[in-house]
Amino acid sequence: MPRAGPSLPRLGVALGVLLFAALPLVLPTYQVSVATRILVFSLLAVSIDVLAGYTGRTPLGHGAIFGVSTYVTIYWVTVAGGSPWAGMALGVLAATGLAAVFALLAVRTSGVYFLLLTLALGMVVWGVCLRWSTVTGGENGLRGSVRPAALASQVSFYYAVLALVLAATFLVWRLVRSPFGLTLRGIRDSESRMRALGYNVPLHLFIAFTLSGMAAGVAGAAYALFNEFVSPTTVSLAQSVQGLLMAIVGGVGTLFGGFIGAAAIIVLENTVSFYTERWQTVMGLMFVLLMIFAPEGVIGRGLALLRRRR
Amino acid sequence: MEDCLVLDDVGVRFGGLKAVDGVSLRVPAGQRRAIIGPNGAGKTTLFNAVTGVVRATSGRVLLEGRDVTRLPVHARAHRGMGRTFQITNLFPRLTVIENMHLALRGLSPRRFALLGEDRLDAAERARVEAALGLSRLAGRLDREVRELSYGEQRQLEMAMALATEPRLLLLDEPAAGLSPVERAIVSDIIRALPRAMTVVLIEHDMDLVLSLVDWVTCLDNGRLLVEAAPDAIRGDARVQEVYLGKARHDA
Repeated sequence: MPRAGPSLPRLGVALGVLLFAALPLVLPTYQVSVATRILVFSLLAVSIDVLAGYTGRTPLGHGAIFGVSTYVTIYWVTVAGGSPWAGMALGVLAATGLAAVFALLAVRTSGVYFLLLTLALGMVVWGVCLRWSTVTGGENGLRGSVRPAALASQVSFYYAVLALVLAATFLVWRLVRSPFGLTLRGIRDSESRMRALGYNVPLHLFIAFTLSGMAAGVAGAAYALFNEFVSPTTVSLAQSVQGLLMAIVGGVGTLFGGFIGAAAIIVLENTVSFYTERWQTVMGLMFVLLMIFAPEGVIGRGLALLRRRR
Repeated sequence: MEDCLVLDDVGVRFGGLKAVDGVSLRVPAGQRRAIIGPNGAGKTTLFNAVTGVVRATSGRVLLEGRDVTRLPVHARAHRGMGRTFQITNLFPRLTVIENMHLALRGLSPRRFALLGEDRLDAAERARVEAALGLSRLAGRLDREVRELSYGEQRQLEMAMALATEPRLLLLDEPAAGLSPVERAIVSDIIRALPRAMTVVLIEHDMDLVLSLVDWVTCLDNGRLLVEAAPDAIRGDARVQEVYLGKARHDA
C-alpha cells in the first residue's frame, strides 16, 4: 500500500523474530518444545486470518485442512515408508487440494452460512478419519518416528520450524499486501461494488481460500514432525476453533496477531493446567474478559491505541 | 450516430409482479440520458437489468451492439460499463487511494498479482488524479473512507466510476440525500464528464436532471410512458400526471 506503515509495527515484528530466535538459548528443553508448538499453531492462526481478517469470512474447517496434512505426512513415512520431506510435500499438496474443494463449495456464501458450511465440511473430514480405520488407524490414529535424523534434537528442530514458519508467514504477508490482497479487503467491505468494478468475486475468494489452506497445510506438515502422532482429534472441530481463537486473541486482520494469540493460549494452557484441573474454565473466563475489554484482539487494540495517540 | 445502449423489449418479472414490462429504448453514444418516474415505476429494476444485478426475464440488453443480457455484473464491467450506487457503496475501512486502486485494478490483469506492492504507473496515476480532481477529493488520499463526510463519499462514488473510464456510465440517483451545495458539486462533476462518455442517470430531482441531460425517458408502472427532450418533459401533461396525480376537472 502507498501508506507507509508506521515504524513501530516493523520494530515489533523485528523484536518478535529476535525473541523467537533467542528462546532456545534460555529455555529448558521441555519449554523449547512448547515454543515449537506455539510456532506451528501461529502459522495455522495466520492462515485462518487470511480469510477471517481480510476476506471477512470466518472459517471453521481449517483444523481439518491442517490435520489432513498431518495425516498424509505421517502415513507417507510410517505406512508407505517414504521420506519425511516427500511426506511433508504430499501433506501440503493434500491440504491445498482439500482447501480447493472446500473453497468451491463455500465461496458463494458469507457470514454465518460460510461459518456453518466450513464447519460441516470439517466434520466430514473428521468422520472419514475416524471411520476409515484401515488407512487412518481410526481412534488409535497413526504413530511413528517421522522426524528426519538431522532434526533429532529439540533445538535444531525448533530452528527448522522457526525458519519454515517465518518463510511461510512472510509469503502470506506479501500476499495480503499485494494488489490481490487489496481485492480481498475490498470484497470484505463491499462485494457488490467489487462486481461493478469488474472483479469476479468468487474467483478471488477461491484463490484466497486455497492459498490459505496451503499455509494451514504447511503448519500441519510441521505438526506431523513435531507430534509424531495423529488422531481424529487433530482434524476435529476443536482444532479449528482453537486456531480461530488464536487469530481472534491476537487480532483478526493483523496477520501477526496469530503469533501473539498462539503464544498466549498455549502458554496459558500450560501454566494454568499446572495449577488446576479446571484450566478450561480459566481459559473461558480469559476469553470473555478479552472480548469485553479488547474485542479487536491484542495487536488490534495496540494499533487502535497508537492511532489515537497520533 | 451508433447506439451505445439498446434495450429491446426488456422485461423483469418477480414471480407474478412485472417490475419492468417490455421497455425498449436506444441511447446513442455520447448522449446524456435521464430515466425518471415516480417511486415504484421500475427505474431501479431497469437499472439493475442493465448492470446485470438482476437478469432480464425477457428481451435483450445490447451494449455497443453486443448482447450482454446473460452476462454477469463483472463481465459487463469489462465490456465498458461503469456505475455508481444510490446508497453509498464504497470500501469504508480502506483509504481513498486504496478505493481508487481497486477501481483501477478491476479491469487490469494486475488484480491477480499475488506478491509485491501495488504501484501505479504514470498513466494510472494521471487517471486517479484526474478523477479525484474532477470529484474534488484531491488532498484526501490517505483518509479512511468512513471518516469522510457524506458529501465527500458521494463524490468518491463518482470518482471511482470515472477512474475505470467506462464508455457507458450509469448513475443511480447521484444526488440522493445531498444538501443544495453538494448537489451543485455533483451536477458540476456530471457536466464536466468527457463528452465521448455515454451517461444514463436515474434521478428524483427533476430540476437537477433537466439541466443536465439531452433526452429524458419517463417510466410509469414498469412501462415506458414518454420520451422527449427536457423542455418538452417539463410541460408534458402525462409526466405531470404521474408525478402529481390526475388533475381534478370536476373541482
